[in-house]
Amino acid sequence: MGDSQYSFSLTTFSPSGKLVQIEHALTAVGSGQTSLGIKASNGVVIATEKKLPSILVDEASVQKIQCLTPNIGVVYSGMGPDFRVLVRKSRKQAVQYHQLYKEPIPVTQLVRETAAVMQEFTQSGGVRPFGVSLLVAGFDDSGPQLFQVDPSGSYFSWKASAMGKNVSNAKTFLEKRYTDEIELEDAVHTAILTLKEGFEGQISGKNIEIGIIGEDKIFRQAPYLLPN
Amino acid sequence: MSIFEYNGGAIIAMVGKNCFAIASDRRLGVQLQTIATDFKKIYRVSDRLFLGLSGLATDAQTLFQRLMFKHKLYQLREERDMKPETFASLVSAILYEKRFGPYFIQPVIAGLGDEDKPFICTMDSIGAKELAKDFVVAGTASESLYGACEAMFKPDMEPEELFETVSQALLSSVDRDCLSGWGGHIYVVTPTEVKERILKGRMD
Repeated sequence: MGDSQYSFSLTTFSPSGKLVQIEHALTAVGSGQTSLGIKASNGVVIATEKKLPSILVDEASVQKIQCLTPNIGVVYSGMGPDFRVLVRKSRKQAVQYHQLYKEPIPVTQLVRETAAVMQEFTQSGGVRPFGVSLLVAGFDDSGPQLFQVDPSGSYFSWKASAMGKNVSNAKTFLEKRYTDEIELEDAVHTAILTLKEGFEGQISGKNIEIGIIGEDKIFRQAPYLLPN
Repeated sequence: MSIFEYNGGAIIAMVGKNCFAIASDRRLGVQLQTIATDFKKIYRVSDRLFLGLSGLATDAQTLFQRLMFKHKLYQLREERDMKPETFASLVSAILYEKRFGPYFIQPVIAGLGDEDKPFICTMDSIGAKELAKDFVVAGTASESLYGACEAMFKPDMEPEELFETVSQALLSSVDRDCLSGWGGHIYVVTPTEVKERILKGRMD
């Protein structure tokens, strides 16, 4: 620390107009493991690498892709524990929406609520920003959707995006490969190829995770194909 | 006397082919004394969604204001109108919030949903939904309305015939009830237009 006197209070702007703590949070994301998502014509795929600190770790105990609702999934780059907090808050939001309106929460609404939580943590006292960026994949009445939510609380809708280590390489790769007509099966293939680009070592079913959602509006994960 | 019968009133909603009608009487009373003869009990939530509130008039107006507030916020948030089913769930939730000190009303919800499918439903004052395919009734004249509707309802009526049926059912029923009457107010809603009419009946 000690970059400047502005590096402690996250609610104090530096003279250049930046909030330094948020910049640091983005750095934490940038050094996290690579995640990416592709919106296909008939679904969305999200994928991430799952590098474990030691071969002794049981890979089945690490799950980086999570369901928020049956038709919305999420993956992160950055700090795992922060991600779990966001997942818990988002799920609660989704359930509350369902209890009120008796219909599943639209993807845009859930993303907005999640982004609002992340924004709140950039302005409240006694807390720090989340050290994660999220990729939210969902399929609802408005079709397939892919969103990225950043620690600042800003969110974007993407056709394809990547986060974490090697972002720029992965994004360039996706730019070359992406077409608007791409189908889910091909998108899964592209997703794996993109991960492979920046991957150190051999890719296998044990060191990546993939989540897909298609026209059946059920989010599925590999290697843990739940539900069904 | 029940607080639900303090002001009096009758409401009916009926489904036709790709359309629905919702109607009410126009009386506002205090027990047996008539106070107003042009009282509105049917509220327009959006172009294709209507809400009838029978029971205690003061609660009806307050509840309507709260529901409009919620609906407008929903419109801003989600950039769309509520589906009738969604609105019904919202009303149900709002009513149950006051489980132990309820609004003394019985709501009737009628609207056109996706693909112009008509939706009607009613609830008790604490939000227990009752969905119906044909018609729903509420208010002090509900007993006679049930009889009239059961006798006169036909499936898949066109808007004109539906208007006639609902009007006749309403007017004949309110004549059998001391607490409702003084003509009627009816909306016939089709995918393309909303027809609003004032009915004259036995004006006594």
